[in-house]
Formats: sequence, C-alpha cells, structure tokens
Amino acid sequence: MATTHVEPKEILAPAGQARSVNNLSIQVATVNGSGSQTANLVLLRAIFQMGIPVSGKNLFPSNIAGLPTWFTIRASKHGYIARRRDSEYLVAMNPETAEEDVLTLKPGAACVYDERLNLKRLRDDVMFYPVPFDQLVAPVCPDVRLRKLVRNMIYDGILAKLLGIEMEEIHKALQKQFRKKAKAAELNWNAARAGFEYAEKNLVKADQYFLERMDATQGKILIEGNAAVALGAMFAGVTVVTWYPITPSSSVCENLIEYMKRYRIDKETGKATFAIVQAEDELAALGMALGAGWAGARSMTATSGPGISLMAEFTGFGYYAEIPAVIFDIQRVGPSTGLPTRTAQGDILSTAILSHGDTKHPLLLPNSVGECFTMAVDAFDLAEELQTPVFVMCDLDLGMNTWMSDPFPYPAKPLARGKVLSAGEVRQQGGFERYKDVDGDGVGYRTLPGTPEPLAGWFARGSGHNEKAIYSERPEVYTQNVDRLAHKFETARQKVPGPVIVESARHDVGIIAYGTSHWAVEESLEQLRRERDIDAGYCRLRAFPFPPEVHAFIRRYQRVYVVDQNRDAQMLGLLRLECDADEIAKLRSVRHYNGLPLDARTVTDEISSQEALK
Amino acid sequence: MATTPVPASPTAKTNHIGLEVARYKGNKSTLCAGCGHNAISERIIEACFEMGVEPHRVAKMSGIGCSSKSPAYFLNTAYGVNSVHGRMPSVATGALLANRHLIALGVSGDGDTASIGVGQFVHLMRRNLPLVYIIEDNGCYGLTKGQFSATADIGSKLKTGVVNDLPPIDTCALAIQLGATYVARSFSGDKRQLLALLKGALAHHGTSMLDVISPCVTFNDHEGSTKSYSYVKDHDAPVSDVSFVPFFQEISVDYDPGTTTDITLHDGSHILLRKLAADYDPTRKAESLRVLTESHEKGEIMTGLFFVDTQRPSFVDLLNVMDEPLATLPEAKVRPPKEVLDQVMQSLM
Repeated sequence: MATTHVEPKEILAPAGQARSVNNLSIQVATVNGSGSQTANLVLLRAIFQMGIPVSGKNLFPSNIAGLPTWFTIRASKHGYIARRRDSEYLVAMNPETAEEDVLTLKPGAACVYDERLNLKRLRDDVMFYPVPFDQLVAPVCPDVRLRKLVRNMIYDGILAKLLGIEMEEIHKALQKQFRKKAKAAELNWNAARAGFEYAEKNLVKADQYFLERMDATQGKILIEGNAAVALGAMFAGVTVVTWYPITPSSSVCENLIEYMKRYRIDKETGKATFAIVQAEDELAALGMALGAGWAGARSMTATSGPGISLMAEFTGFGYYAEIPAVIFDIQRVGPSTGLPTRTAQGDILSTAILSHGDTKHPLLLPNSVGECFTMAVDAFDLAEELQTPVFVMCDLDLGMNTWMSDPFPYPAKPLARGKVLSAGEVRQQGGFERYKDVDGDGVGYRTLPGTPEPLAGWFARGSGHNEKAIYSERPEVYTQNVDRLAHKFETARQKVPGPVIVESARHDVGIIAYGTSHWAVEESLEQLRRERDIDAGYCRLRAFPFPPEVHAFIRRYQRVYVVDQNRDAQMLGLLRLECDADEIAKLRSVRHYNGLPLDARTVTDEISSQEALK
Repeated sequence: MATTPVPASPTAKTNHIGLEVARYKGNKSTLCAGCGHNAISERIIEACFEMGVEPHRVAKMSGIGCSSKSPAYFLNTAYGVNSVHGRMPSVATGALLANRHLIALGVSGDGDTASIGVGQFVHLMRRNLPLVYIIEDNGCYGLTKGQFSATADIGSKLKTGVVNDLPPIDTCALAIQLGATYVARSFSGDKRQLLALLKGALAHHGTSMLDVISPCVTFNDHEGSTKSYSYVKDHDAPVSDVSFVPFFQEISVDYDPGTTTDITLHDGSHILLRKLAADYDPTRKAESLRVLTESHEKGEIMTGLFFVDTQRPSFVDLLNVMDEPLATLPEAKVRPPKEVLDQVMQSLM
C-alpha cells in the first residue's frame, strides 16, 4: 500500500502561550456503531509507539448502534493513566451531544468538530477547528456504505497534524489493527492522510497542546484486562471453561477461545486439551465448573454482577462440599438495563459472603492487566490448594479498556494441584476420610472420581456430612465441620497475595484502595503532597481475607481513608467485619459511584475536605 | 413372545469383571417403605452388576428431592454428587468434560427435572451428553410433603382433595424433540422392563433419558392420583416388549424377525424390541412423538423404548476433547511453554 511520509514541520504554540507537551486528555465523542473504535485505538497506539505513556477509556452505552459514546485518551509524560475528569481536546462527531460536550470544556481547550455542527458560536474561550468530514471522506471512500466507518479515521489525521503525532506511527498502528486486511487498512490510511492534508492546508494551530516523542513505552505492551485474564487462565492450565455471555465479561472467554484454539491443541493427537462450553445461563455455568472441579479439572467461569447473584447457591454448595473453581467477576454497575456498560466495584461485599449459611470466599483484587494475568494463575492454585471457589474481582474499566503494561512474567512455580490422593495412597493408608483435617490447616484430602480403588469412593454433599463424607445431621458434627471451614479460611489468609504498602514518614493519613482505584490513588498521592502537604501512606489490598499486614497498616496510621467505587463503601464494610474496635474507629470513606472510572481529583478533593474537618 | 435373552446367571457369585453384587450395593434407604424409588435403586444395582460396570468409573449425580437422595442407596464405592435443586445436569456436564471416561448416572425427580430444573434438563437433552438420566417420577414433591409437580396429570387429585388443572410436561416427548438419543418410560414396579431399559441405557453412548413412574406411597398413591400403583398398572400400555443382550453375551435368541426390531448399541450390545403396537419403529422421531401424543389422548401411560438414535455424536465428541481425562493432564500438556508467552507479548508491543 502506498504511504506518504510527511515531514513533521515544527509547530509553534500561539503567541503568549507556553507549550504543554505530553500532558493532555483527548475526548472523542461519537455515535455508537460508527466504527470509531478503530480510529480511537489507532490514535492510542500511535501515541504509545511514540514512547508516550498513554491510556484509553471507552465510555459506551448499552447499545449496538445509535447512542452516544465517548473515548478518552490520556497521554501523560509522568505515566499517570487514570481517567481525568476534564480534557484539553474534544473531537465532537456526535450532533446529539456536541453542544453539551463543548460547554463542559475548560477554557483554553481545543475542539475539532464536524463543521456542519456550527459549534463555534457556543464559546469564545475554546479553540475551534471545523472540519468538513463528509467532503473529505467522499473522494477517499467511493463506496457510500463504508463512508460512515472510514469517516472517523479523518480525525486521526487532523489530530496528528494539530498535536504532532507522527503519521508514520499512525500508519504502523493501522497495519497492526487490520493485520491481514490490507484493503481496509489502505482505505483507512487514505482517510487519515486526507485529514492530515486538510489540516495542513486549512487549520491554524491555535492551542498550546503538543505531543512529542519520548522513550517511556519501550518494551511495553498494550492489552485489555479481559485478554490478560484469558492469557493467565491459559497459562494456569485451565481445562474446563463454562460461561454465559454478559457484559463486561464476555471478552474473557472470547479471548480465551482464540488463545486456546491456537496454543492448546495437543500436537500429537490434534485434540483439544480443554473444553469450553457456552452454558444456558450462569446457574449452569458455575454448576459445570464445579462438576469439572469435583472431577479434578482446573475449571473456571467468567461473569458479572447479575451472574454472581445467580451463582450464589452453587457457590455455597462449592464452599460446603469443598470443590475448587475459579470465578472471574468483571464488575459493573447494578442490575438490569441502564448502566451495564459502566464500571463499578459493586460486588465486593456480596461476593465475599455469597450464598446462604456461613459462607465466605477468597477474593483476589487485581489492579492492572499484569495482575489480571498473575492473579489468574494464583487463583487456580489457590482454588485447588484450598478446595474452594475463588473469585477474581476485576471491573469493566480494567477488563474492557486498553492498558499499557510491562510484558507478563512466565509463571515461576509449577501448578499447585492441592491434596489429591492416588489409588495407591488410599490403599496404602487403608482408606481416607474426605473432610478430616489431617494436616491442621483445615484442608482435607480428596480423591478424584475414576480413581480405581473401592476405598477411594466418596459422595459430595452440601451442609450435612461428617468427616467421612457420610450424611449426618448431628449438631456437633455440623459445628465441627463449619469450624474447620473457618480454620481453612485462616489458611487462605496466609496464602493469598499480600497488600502492597507504601509508607509515609508521618503516619497521620493512610489510604486503603484496591483494584482500578489504584491508578487514581497513585496520582492523588502526588496531588495531596503538592497541593495540601498531605503525605499519605498507602496500602493497596490485593485479596480477601485480609492478611495481618492490613491490620498493622491501619494501626500505624491515625486516619485511614478506604477508597471504594460503590455507594455503600463495601470494602470499608468488609474491613469493619474483620477489624477490631480501635481499627474501625480510624476508618473513613472515599466513595465514587457514577459509572465512570475513578479519577485522582475525586480522591484528592474528598480526602482534603475530610482532613480540613478533622 | 420371543424367548428372553439369557442374562448373566443370577446365581453366579461374580459378574464378568469378577465383582460380586455386594460391590454394587449402597447404604440403607431412608425413603418410605414401599417407595417406588427403592425398587429403581435395586434395578440400578442389578443393571450395573449384570453389565459389569466398573464402580470406580461411575459418577452418581443428583439434585434435590427424595429421588436425589437415592444415589446413596446404590454403588457405595462409586463417586457421587448430591448437588442443588434442579441443577444436576450442569454438574454432570462438568464432570464428564473433566473426565470423559466416567459413567454418569443421573438420578432426578419430576420436580427436580420438570419444574426447577427444566432449563438445565432442556439443554442437557440438546447436548446429547453421554449420561443416563433417570427421572423417578411420582408427580409430586415428596420431600416437602406432596405438592403437585409439573408432571402431575391434569385432573389428578392430591390427598387433600386439590385437583391439578394444568397439563403435565411429558419429559419423554420433550427429550425426544430436543435431541436425546435414547428415550424410554417405565414403571418402578415392572422389574423386567426397567432392567432391560437400564442396561440398554448403560450401553448407549449419548443421553439416555428414562422416565420411571414411581408412585409416592405417602402422598400420591391413592384413588384420584394418576401416578399410583393401581392406576399405572391399569393404564400401562407397553409400546414394545424390551429385551437386552449385553455385548459380552452371544446372541442366541429365538425371535421372529418379522415382529422384532434389533438395535445394535455402541458397545455392540443389542436391544430387542418385540412390537406390541403395529408398525412401531423407535428410530423414527416423528412416529415416537405421535405415539406419545396419542397415548395421552387415550389416558394411557405408554411405556417402553420410544426413541433411539445410535448415530448422533455425543457432546464430548463434538468438542474434540482429548481421550485422556482433562482433569489429570500433566502440566506439559496444559501450560504452554515460555516461547508462547513471549510470542504473544511480542504481538502486543
């Protein structure tokens, strides 16, 4: 395909304005289904290839086509990748939201827009760049049907010119995006070029924002959290995957299917070393995963809040019958229609104690695509070592957005398959007692169905069984069993990933956060230091049950702010269940629950105002 | 009728894999005395013994209810899961995906199958998972004291006088329509037919669905119930007379080819059907559904093997799953080497 290398001319900031380099947020407002995702990802990747730390957040509706959608790209020379509330650049492509989008811009921001929208009249403190998109797309895309999809690539070219993104990198990103579809790549490249050439001839740079090559992304990868989870599961040796489609978790299993088909077909036999089944619902998805776990497979399902609710009864069964399975929960906002495509940490409390009776479950809390990968591996080990369902709590922001990361490390430890007795071992010891705490860690030994030894057989049941897995309703037998399960949870406490703690010298203000809140908190720590002279300590939770270091952290600080992306401070609630009165008295709450990823400003403002009142 | 093929001699102490019948027994039943379910457990024990089923390969799967308690009453040395209400199919599916060499014996009830579990039942039948699915069907909820289930016949009465005014779900018709490949109905009191059907089901590779009418002696064995012993005995209309010849026996049966259909199952076993209904051919789906519909209209309870399809691939085969159990594949087979991760990482840079 033809490429035109355009020499970047030096672009000067307008007189009287300082250049702002590699520190901006671009908001692209489009209509869902208009093919903007390609244009946005190409833009993101081009900036990444220029060595500039970058992140992208897709704020999309629960809709296939027609409703408004926004994509924000943040470039930050400091490496901050959390969402920012405001943007320096707006690309207004959606007539329905354009006016509101322009009115919320901060003074000095820039707006690239479809000239038909006539946005210039709205503000005089914003730099406007009108672009005749329809006029530009017609000559590069003769097929009328494709114009809607190709049209968006034009703003990539416009932005390249205005901000200084190298066209060569746009070209490379396009090729990566379209891989073998050369025709589509060429069509899009022509559109990008048309945009660039139009800007070169017709637009005068009137804002202060620039992107310039740096060297902070060398050797890094770009990946979505759900793909990282899928990779983790594959390298954890998952063999049975059962799932039901639900936003925002579907792409976990869709990615996994692709990876497994490629890398997990047995070379000798041509047969699959796995089974992946789309179940009829989430009830069946977890039922299958537990059936497979009982029979000895490494099994998993992936779901979101509504699925978690449906899995409640089976989770309790897995807890009592002590069957391993891994459940990835890609959390989203509440039930039914409305905000299923928006992010939240909404299932923390309900999942920690999911089901009925006395149940509690290990939760792993990845904050990054890297931890999506490593914790997926950890989760399968933990599930088999502890013989219980283990949950990995991601969220939509992590799962469905594209994140920059160091390459994932190859798992260092062999698979930990837990306490499984062979026929020979059972024979040698003259039988076995399935639920007896032989080792003092609350975890019994199990046998797998198919083990050829009469003494190895056993029958899995829910709440009523004795140490030999024989039916019993005796009060003391039940109590003994659930006490052992509680003791097993203490073993889990020692085995789950510990918190990551950054101490402050002052020990007055501490922050506890988990999951994707990390990226906002990391930036907020700096804002608090700079703006308020608050030097906060930081404890990032990585799992429930909370290891002792979490309690020690709380005890060391005077006031501890727990950051939650939900209304009811669910993690704070869970900490309250586990902390003593002195620790509880120190806990305060920072909550964010509007469906958008958490931003640093929210954390900084909330802590600042509560600190002012202290 | 033709001479019944000779089963393994009932006087022999061991079966052809050298096990005594004691190895197939279970715990003492805690169900009501005279419960039809206990008779079914006995037939399961006989069928497994006579077929030489290896107990350690058996996965006894059940949901919740009186029926679902019964796997504890047979094959004590096998493995089992008494799971949650209506959801045994999913647990059994997972177990068979993990280890395709397991012989899954699912026991459910009419409430467990046709009400709370109908969703999972429907999808299990579609998949043709290799498993024997037995419904111990008494038309009521025994364990919660006798409420109607969805297989209760229209017009049938509870002990309390309540009349069922909703039509029943015919689990056999449903199973046939959805893709199960061995579908039969029997009666817990019909030892010979039930045993032959169970043995055929064990030899079949695919979903075998057996609806076994099993009167509830406590809540549903009275006048007015269509699932009582007396009602079923009076209204039982066998569609064919079923005999079963295991693959390890020589076929030396005296039967008249004109009146008998011989079906060869996957392991080489034979099912012999002596026709009672004219022109009945269990390999024709539409015909089987017609016969079931007509029997409903006549108020008869049709029993026998309604439908069999030995050609349709099972779910596990469709998934192209390795022969070696997935559950115990070594790390080298399930964790790709470092080069694969490096390659994937490279593609994401």
